[in-house]
Amino acid sequence: MNAHAPIPALDPGCAVDIRQERGQRAVFCGLTGIVWLHRKIQDAFFLVVGSRTCAHLIQSAAGVMIFAEPRFATAIIDERDLAGLADMNEELDRVTRRLIERRPDIRLLFLVGSCPSEVIKLDLSRAAQRLSQSFHPDVRVLSYSGSGIETTFTQGEDACLAALVPEMPREATDAAASLLVVGALADVVEDQFSRLFAELGIETVRFLPARRAGDMPAVGPNTRILLAQPFLADTARALEARGATRLPAPFPLGAEGTTAWLKAAADAFGIAPDHFDAVTAPGRARASRALDPYRAMLRDKRVFFFPDSQLEIPLARFLSREMGAALIEVGTPYLHRGHLAPELALLPPGTQVVEGQSLDAQMDRARAARPDLTVCGLGLANPFEAEGLATKWSIELLFTPIQGYDQAGDLAELFARPLNRRTRLEV
Amino acid sequence: MQLTLWTYEGPPHIGAMRIATAMRGLHYVLHAPQGDTYADLLFTMIERRDTRPPVTYTTFQARDLGSDTAEIFKTAVADAYERFRPQAMIVGASCTAELIQDDPGGLAKALALPIPVIPLELPAYQKKENWGASETFYRLVRALAGSTAEVTPREGRRPLCNILGPTALGFRHRDDLVEIEKLLAALGIDVNVIAPSGASPADLGRLGAADFNVVLYPEVARAAAQHLLKTFGQPMVETVPIGVQATIRFVEEVAKLAGVDPAPVLAGAPSRLPWYSRSVDSTYLTGKRVFIFGDATHALAAARVAATELGFKVVGLGTYTREFAREVRAEAALHGIEATITDDYLDVEAAIQGCQAELVLGTQMERHIAKRLGIPCAVISSPIHVQDFPARHSPQMGFEGANVLFDTWVHPLMMGLEEHLLGMFREDVEFHDGVAPSHLGGGERAPQPEPIRIEPTPVAETPSTPAFVWDPSAEKELKKIPFFVRGKARANTERFARERNLAVVTVETLYDAKSHFGR
Ligand code: SF4
Ligand code: SF4
Repeated sequence: MNAHAPIPALDPGCAVDIRQERGQRAVFCGLTGIVWLHRKIQDAFFLVVGSRTCAHLIQSAAGVMIFAEPRFATAIIDERDLAGLADMNEELDRVTRRLIERRPDIRLLFLVGSCPSEVIKLDLSRAAQRLSQSFHPDVRVLSYSGSGIETTFTQGEDACLAALVPEMPREATDAAASLLVVGALADVVEDQFSRLFAELGIETVRFLPARRAGDMPAVGPNTRILLAQPFLADTARALEARGATRLPAPFPLGAEGTTAWLKAAADAFGIAPDHFDAVTAPGRARASRALDPYRAMLRDKRVFFFPDSQLEIPLARFLSREMGAALIEVGTPYLHRGHLAPELALLPPGTQVVEGQSLDAQMDRARAARPDLTVCGLGLANPFEAEGLATKWSIELLFTPIQGYDQAGDLAELFARPLNRRTRLEV
Repeated sequence: MQLTLWTYEGPPHIGAMRIATAMRGLHYVLHAPQGDTYADLLFTMIERRDTRPPVTYTTFQARDLGSDTAEIFKTAVADAYERFRPQAMIVGASCTAELIQDDPGGLAKALALPIPVIPLELPAYQKKENWGASETFYRLVRALAGSTAEVTPREGRRPLCNILGPTALGFRHRDDLVEIEKLLAALGIDVNVIAPSGASPADLGRLGAADFNVVLYPEVARAAAQHLLKTFGQPMVETVPIGVQATIRFVEEVAKLAGVDPAPVLAGAPSRLPWYSRSVDSTYLTGKRVFIFGDATHALAAARVAATELGFKVVGLGTYTREFAREVRAEAALHGIEATITDDYLDVEAAIQGCQAELVLGTQMERHIAKRLGIPCAVISSPIHVQDFPARHSPQMGFEGANVLFDTWVHPLMMGLEEHLLGMFREDVEFHDGVAPSHLGGGERAPQPEPIRIEPTPVAETPSTPAFVWDPSAEKELKKIPFFVRGKARANTERFARERNLAVVTVETLYDAKSHFGR
């Protein structure tokens, strides 16, 4: 699942220094994606098939949300299952049936694989087919893996969306070209982009995932896909297998990223440059105004990114080009060289990009460099703060609307806030 | 397979982490897949620790499976030793590593490190967090405490004891310890070793020098203390000093073992709880129906305090700690009820609904159940969230702990005057049934949705199987009863009607039932 796409021929002019590192990794597993995906797809339920560890992870990550009508749960494998005393497929059917009976509002059920279920080779895709048949037509049952051995954090979303691709209706071969925006976005961001595409004159624009299971968009050879997130390798491949064409673009973070992202779509749909400029001008002006106050705070600040979500490279590009920050090291759990090529090309020459992680060695490098701002997970943030390093916890970047013109200021503020706070506190 | 929306305890390796993180100079190498490092957050965020837990994870991935996971483990142990130079190590597997069967103990032993390396067998598909903590502590003590002790003769020195039980991520362990040390100091008793909290492996080697052991949290430390009793003949005090009477008993037992006089420590009014509870303002607390759930230690203590020190009526008592089910059942029997022994939160929700509690004392989870049902609630036990690791001193144990209990448990209740006026005037626009106590901000009470029942659970009295109808005027009269006892009144009335085969519940029936059952 983590297999990388074939590495595209390296641009000889590429001045980015890409290195790989292996060792201890301090990252989330893909199960964590459930925390935001279940809010996005409103009639879907996520049933993890795993251990008590998996259940504990989800409740730790979802915090207090678990009680606001939870749409996720764990079927905990126990010793009877492992000893073969209980037929695991029958057990799974029993648990699922009870869940569906109690939650008749569910239209889409994901069986989510974990490390334990993968290691014992429980065939969840067959189970999903079997259950889909028995619940037909009320509930569709799909499966994907969010296990730590196969997926890192946001790759859980990739695996989930890839599982949805075969469910998407087929777009007629003679349909007019349509645009498909891929990646779960905050509803407010999705609405902003819808308006912009409409003003640009792109007629058919759809989003994956849709907000409801029954509304998944159509796909076909005339579909142009624009990735809104950098971690969608498998989803893009599955969409391409259905004939869609990916539009290479940087990701819509910051004013520059948003403009380039929109421009990729505009060019593919033959929108006149003048019109593009006219439509995007107000957004660009607003973003620039919103970013101004933070530029002074972030200029020349030395930033160190620990790997977490694959958003690191676009974020580093935004901080360096639009905010004037200096990049010490940009860690990423995986680097999809094809999807990230437009981003890498925008990074300053000599940027240290590290794919993978050896935790202690990386912490040593950060300590030696003494960054002004360290972007890292919550397991490292307080320990670094106690050592006198300012940190920005990275998970927030997944739970906050940060894409598009009107969120550019908010994005910069997320990085400026810890620095601002340090200047305020006198204790 | 068990369908789980929420788990009261983590897997057993989390318990082992709580021991390792509590101690100094001990390192834990955990064979686990990439992703299981989420557990670090429990310590760095919920407990707000300022260092990483002393845990190295192998974080193997799919591409490592089948080939060299054992090699990865050995490298991790060797590297962790080089980097951290601990006095001792524990090694073990998480749930996934347990399935691939790499034998962490054997692999670590093959490295022949110059320190004790203690293998942990924590069956993740069978046992849970507290068991993991207890087992880890026991293994450490067994491996490091030795078998002979150098105890100096008792003549001419102060008595010496160990304090066993406080861990990382423990509910109020930090402040409980302060209170217990204060009590012991006042009794003239010296503390030899506190463990696991703050202890090093070398400290565990000195455990045998104490005259006796104080076990603060039996879930964690009973097994280790029993080992010390067997090995060194050290007696233990297992009375958990939560509540005034329990603290007095604790002081007396400790004093007896130490051969000192408890009277000076018990003299005067060491806790304010007794006076606060006797003062007339507390009269309205009499007979308040309370449901109690948590780990066994805290649930048992809370039941005693609630019934005998605050004058509540315990209408529900339970625990998710199956290892202590017997004790909890016995305590429940004293209150004339049956204990709820379960780790399924839907069972707990059903039990709370079934007993018409006016106050819930529970964990973070009961807090949310109580919110859904619109019942006041206070937290008495793990699992807990970040707000229950407060900055201020907030013990549960000792005389100061009793003060904290009084304030914490009474706070969510309606104040007496407010309760009276609500009973008299029901149509006030500001103070009416639907709002929370005014000192809590007075927001609207959450509506009471039907809980999602995964497993149909038999509820003691099912109020909704009437062979009778409610007369509209009786229904209206029922609304005049304050909301916190209305559920009980409805259930009693319906039971009364059922038992007498009445076809219609009238205003008369309501008051007949009232006089029949009393409050
Ligand atoms: S973008 Fe990628 S491929 Fe192109 S030059 Fe930079 S690193 Fe090389
Ligand atoms: S899926 Fe794997 S990494 Fe994630 S919680 Fe479960 S066991 Fe741990």
